[in-house]
Amino acid sequence: MANILVFAEQREGKVKRVALQALGTARSLASEGDHVVAVLIGENISSQTELLSSGGADKIYMTEDTQLSAYSSEAYGTVVSEIAKKEAASLILMGATAMGKDLGPKIAARLEGPFAGDCIKLALNDEGMFIATRPVYGGKALSSVSSHQHTFQVVTLRPNVFPVISEPASTQALIEPWTEKPDFSGLKAIMKEVLSTAGSKVELSEATIIVSGGRGLKSPEHFSIIEALAEALGAAVGASRAAVDAGWKPHSYQVGLTGKTVTPTLYIACGISGAIQHLAGMSSSKYIVAINKDPNAPIFKIANYGIVGDLFEIVPLLTEAVKKIKNEA
Amino acid sequence: MKIAVCIKQVPASESKIRPSADGKGIDPAGLSYVVNPYDEFGVEEALKIKEQLGEGTVTAISIGTAKVSEALRTCLAVGVDQAIHIQDPATEGSDGLTIARILTAALQKESYDLIFFGRQAIDDDSGAIGIYVAEFMGLPHVAGINKLKILAEDYRAVANRQIEGATEVIETALPAVFTCQKELNEPRYASLPGIMKAKQKPLTVWTLSDLGIAPDTVGSGHAKVTEDQLSSPPTRSAGKIIEGNASEAVSELVRLLREEAKVF
Ligand SMILES: Cc1cc2nc3c(=O)[nH]c(=O)nc-3n(C[C@H](O)[C@H](O)[C@H](O)COP(=O)(O)OP(=O)(O)OC[C@H]3O[C@@H](n4cnc5c(N)ncnc54)[C@H](O)[C@@H]3O)c2cc1C
Ligand SMILES: Nc1ncnc2c1ncn2[C@@H]1O[C@H](COP(=O)(O)O)[C@@H](O)[C@H]1O
Repeated sequence: MANILVFAEQREGKVKRVALQALGTARSLASEGDHVVAVLIGENISSQTELLSSGGADKIYMTEDTQLSAYSSEAYGTVVSEIAKKEAASLILMGATAMGKDLGPKIAARLEGPFAGDCIKLALNDEGMFIATRPVYGGKALSSVSSHQHTFQVVTLRPNVFPVISEPASTQALIEPWTEKPDFSGLKAIMKEVLSTAGSKVELSEATIIVSGGRGLKSPEHFSIIEALAEALGAAVGASRAAVDAGWKPHSYQVGLTGKTVTPTLYIACGISGAIQHLAGMSSSKYIVAINKDPNAPIFKIANYGIVGDLFEIVPLLTEAVKKIKNEA
Repeated sequence: MKIAVCIKQVPASESKIRPSADGKGIDPAGLSYVVNPYDEFGVEEALKIKEQLGEGTVTAISIGTAKVSEALRTCLAVGVDQAIHIQDPATEGSDGLTIARILTAALQKESYDLIFFGRQAIDDDSGAIGIYVAEFMGLPHVAGINKLKILAEDYRAVANRQIEGATEVIETALPAVFTCQKELNEPRYASLPGIMKAKQKPLTVWTLSDLGIAPDTVGSGHAKVTEDQLSSPPTRSAGKIIEGNASEAVSELVRLLREEAKVF
């Protein structure tokens, strides 16, 4: 029997969708008799156990403390590592979010076990060995990795790639309070504040639709054209590095190699040429639409649908068309 | 302050990456190599801090083959004071945890106040080694920083890091490890005098025995994670270019998005 641990990341008392995707993945990898154990850490989080239970958890360790309301690599790392030891977890799953990308390696180092980050596939082979697939070289190659221990200590999963379980579990998960608190007085790094960044309403790395603008917009004011389309679609706004480096948008908008990796269902690139470093961040989008006046722009080589034309004409027309449909619906 | 920057030499980001025939790595033909772009932010930050404080030394450290000395020379040319090259054939095929162990041994030879890494290396895109080293050294870390303020009198630092939709502001005691994200700074270029001066600066080569590490505890035989296969991602083929005037094209696009892609 083996237990799979899922770190159920929450922010402001709400479990992230990617945590449910991790639970779904754990469930699909668990064999008969294996347990899927969720770890929920924070403050005012008890309302979330229901969601984890129906999402596939057999057991939920919950630890609530004011001092755990803000993320701490050290404190969270200690809690998850200790629970993993107690449960003799064979595998720990979490989302490849800002938190997971920090916590995953921390726990792997603490437990000195194999780590695979930002995976897009995780499967068991015939010998019962875990094989993880992860994009490398900015998505220009895929690497499949395994461990001679047959399992990984920690695997982080790229958001929006793994499905949540299709049939919610009917049995209630066992909820177990975890009372062994980390030594808060010994923490060397302390969260002082969390500043919410004034940005688009929908967070880029979690968005299902993204509208991005590039140098083709010519000036920062013209981003309003992109924002109007995003608003109509309920989408997040992104930008190319050229637009960010020109100071039109902060770096939090940047998509690409030195920006964010996104996996939306729909990515609309407006006035973006499609440089290899931009593709590194968005080429695993399900559908890509390119609007560019240059028929030879490389973005058209990977776009599902392309319109060769002036974005200043096309994008507003598209916004109107989308609004019309939404109004009719 | 003593500042260390761990750097990796990687294929330039515009490189065409072709898996080798046996799928055990990449075909090195025609590749040009650079200092990992995220590590350049670390180098720049170290130089800026040294300039602001008016004292200190900046040491660049890298593990790799003979070729890696080029990357270290580049760091010396932009202003790093000294470089350490850990070069030992036994390290070939080491996984991230082992690389972190070796770097930890090298870093522990000095008492560094600040240790910089890149957020991730753009070849393996793993983003783990800085965090491993912090854990192995028992030091605090802040990952993916885009702003850093050193409070020299208090021997502390305040770092910002971007998370989804927000920025975390973290204060930490020193010594500490930071992994660097874009937006932290604008890396400088090497000047001609800088390149000339770099030739005189110390570039020390260490083997594993200089670090007290037995060669048979590193390398592919000791990797906890092994790469079984490197392959090309499924190719995205060029799709449809929608013809017609602007309004025809937009109507057709909307139809395709609704009927084929079913996105709204
Ligand atoms: C180490 C490194 C890391 C990098 N990281 C990133 C990254 O993370 N993200 C990123 O995006 N880039 C990154 N880059 C930069 C990348 O190489 C490109 O320079 C950048 O993506 C170009 O941005 P762009 O497409 O907006 O601009 P351009 O390449 O200038 O393209 C503008 C496009 O707009 C089109 N256009 C102009 N006017 C109109 C109009 N009226 N209507 C329609 N189309 C129009 C043009 O035809 C052109 O194709 C990186 C580069 C390096 C070296
Ligand atoms: N061989 C190496 N030598 C020195 N530093 C390295 C090496 N490999 C990785 N690093 C550092 O660790 C960071 C993260 O690498 P990675 O975990 O491989 O993505 C890099 O940005 C470098 O700062």
